[in-house]
Amino acid sequence: MKKLLTTTAAATALLMGASGAQAEGKLAIYHWFEYIPQELLDKFSAEHDVEVIMDTYDSNESMLATLKAGAIGTYDVAVPTDYMVSILISEGLADEIAPGELKNIGNVKDAFTDPAYDPGLKHSIPYQGGTTSFSVDTAEYAGDVNTTDVIFNPPSELHGKINILDSQGEVLALAAVHMGIPQCSTDREQLKALNAMLQAAKPHWASFNSDTAKEVLAAGDVTVGMIFNGYAAKAAEARDTLQYAFPKQGWVNWMDSVVLLKDAPNRENALKFMDFLLEPENIAAVTNFARYRDVVTGSEAFHDPALAQEPEGNPPAGIEGVFVQACDAETQAVYDKIWTNLKK
Amino acid sequence: MAGGATSGGSAVTDTYKEARNWLLLPAWITLGFLVLAPVLLMLVYSFLTKEFRGGVIWEFSLAAYDQFFFDRGLFGDDPAQIEWTYIAIFWRSIWQAGVATLLSLAIGFPTAYFIATRPEKQRVIWVFLITIPYWVNLLIRTVSMRFLLRDEGPLNSFFMATGLVDGPIHMINTNFAVQVGLFYSYLPFMVLPIYAAVERYNFTLSEAAADLYANKWITLRHIVLPAVKPGVVAGCILVFVPSLGSFLAPDLLGGAKNFMIGSLIEEQFKGNAGNWPFGAAASMILLTMVLIILVIYARAQARSDKEAG
Repeated sequence: MKKLLTTTAAATALLMGASGAQAEGKLAIYHWFEYIPQELLDKFSAEHDVEVIMDTYDSNESMLATLKAGAIGTYDVAVPTDYMVSILISEGLADEIAPGELKNIGNVKDAFTDPAYDPGLKHSIPYQGGTTSFSVDTAEYAGDVNTTDVIFNPPSELHGKINILDSQGEVLALAAVHMGIPQCSTDREQLKALNAMLQAAKPHWASFNSDTAKEVLAAGDVTVGMIFNGYAAKAAEARDTLQYAFPKQGWVNWMDSVVLLKDAPNRENALKFMDFLLEPENIAAVTNFARYRDVVTGSEAFHDPALAQEPEGNPPAGIEGVFVQACDAETQAVYDKIWTNLKK
Repeated sequence: MAGGATSGGSAVTDTYKEARNWLLLPAWITLGFLVLAPVLLMLVYSFLTKEFRGGVIWEFSLAAYDQFFFDRGLFGDDPAQIEWTYIAIFWRSIWQAGVATLLSLAIGFPTAYFIATRPEKQRVIWVFLITIPYWVNLLIRTVSMRFLLRDEGPLNSFFMATGLVDGPIHMINTNFAVQVGLFYSYLPFMVLPIYAAVERYNFTLSEAAADLYANKWITLRHIVLPAVKPGVVAGCILVFVPSLGSFLAPDLLGGAKNFMIGSLIEEQFKGNAGNWPFGAAASMILLTMVLIILVIYARAQARSDKEAG
């Protein structure tokens, strides 16, 4: 069966290749939707005479499933979030970048050269970093915004007006922050309490939706919505009474990274692309588009000046966010059960 | 099919007898590759051991079916009890699909009857109009429905402007919205087979009934309905089955607060769970249910044919 799947993936790759123009080489990117400006891809195409093919996904988990179902060997790079980078590495789906292969790797800011999810940046480069918390329409709600109680223990005026991301990792991580318990906890009492807390909160939620997280806030379908900071900034452009929360209990931090995939069909071009993204001007174009933050030295000069003022992108000092952790198999089984309980 | 060929018993049958197997080959290959192979793949996967974070280990296991039917508590070490979670999810989906089917029938039957009773030239235009929404992708149609139904949407603005209601009627993220979405998505599947059946119906039978003092209701119940029943049943199956497995409408219109069969299966492959054997097992259980419904229909059909013939 595995062979059958591989054959299908190979056939897909062939079909993709068949549409090729006369360019020198190709680059197959597997990326989040709406996360890179087309002009930047065109620029890379023109500079290196490479034909760029991009497919998109809407969650880290669906990307992993596609790669494991046989698409590995089809794509050169993917852009998973921190915890998924470590999963790709442990699953053997990431290729190693030898020292010296990336000439611009020195452009990464010092604080980000040795992250826990990929020590020493052996498989990935940082793309965009940001936070996950929630936005509140202050025209509808006058209370304190900067507390996770707003979503997990909402006052009655917010009942039925909350959208939650349809993403187990982020919801359970923020729930753990709310309760002050460690992620991937194996303590039975803590897990039971987590389960009970979510069960009590759910009746007050209107919906679980990730794809339209921005639209439901901008259109006023909900008053509170879990959201990423860049999306929150875009939503606030449409409805300026939206305020992105930095809860006193904490929030979720993340770092999306460009990973060199195992069996990349165009490994050389993939490395060229990573170097391309490490140039301040290029990564700044991504930042201006996605409105998260890059961690490349000197990119600030090319940033949209509004970014420095933007409340969503500038967390207050003194409070820390947490990165989502990848749990082991046994613990993950309990978290799956809690998630199913929540949505049954 | 074989019966039809032999009962002909003419030279025509013999001409094609040799070639028949070859002519059927493309159909068999298509069916084999696109229907049988994926289903067999699912069947095999449902009996394998799950690999952490997606994928399977090639060892026989009943764990997926065990998970579906037995509950061992949050930590998996309580004594086994019957698991109601998934049965409830299946029941919810059946209920939603059932309501959507009845809604489609209530609107679809009169529509089909109306079209079939127009002059022949007009019918083509009406059928054409019915299929127009199908030129647009289902996702886009469902998202548009979201815009229509939302609290600040055009429907509510209209109601409030006319003074019918004071505040918006809350429709989005409710079961009602899901049923409307399913009904809207699959209505043509109801209209077209019924239209085909009514079009073949001989309307002089209705006239004969009227001559014998049957009123319109009696004519409809005892003359028209039995004649067009195969079309009605086909329409109901065509609406019910895809509604049962749909996840777009429940996610986008229902708020995805509760799993439906479709979204439960999707979560096993695309979500954190990464439990492929369980997703395969849930698919097989769904498939079995649909097959049972179809078999019951086929047997009822055979029985009524026997009574009629």
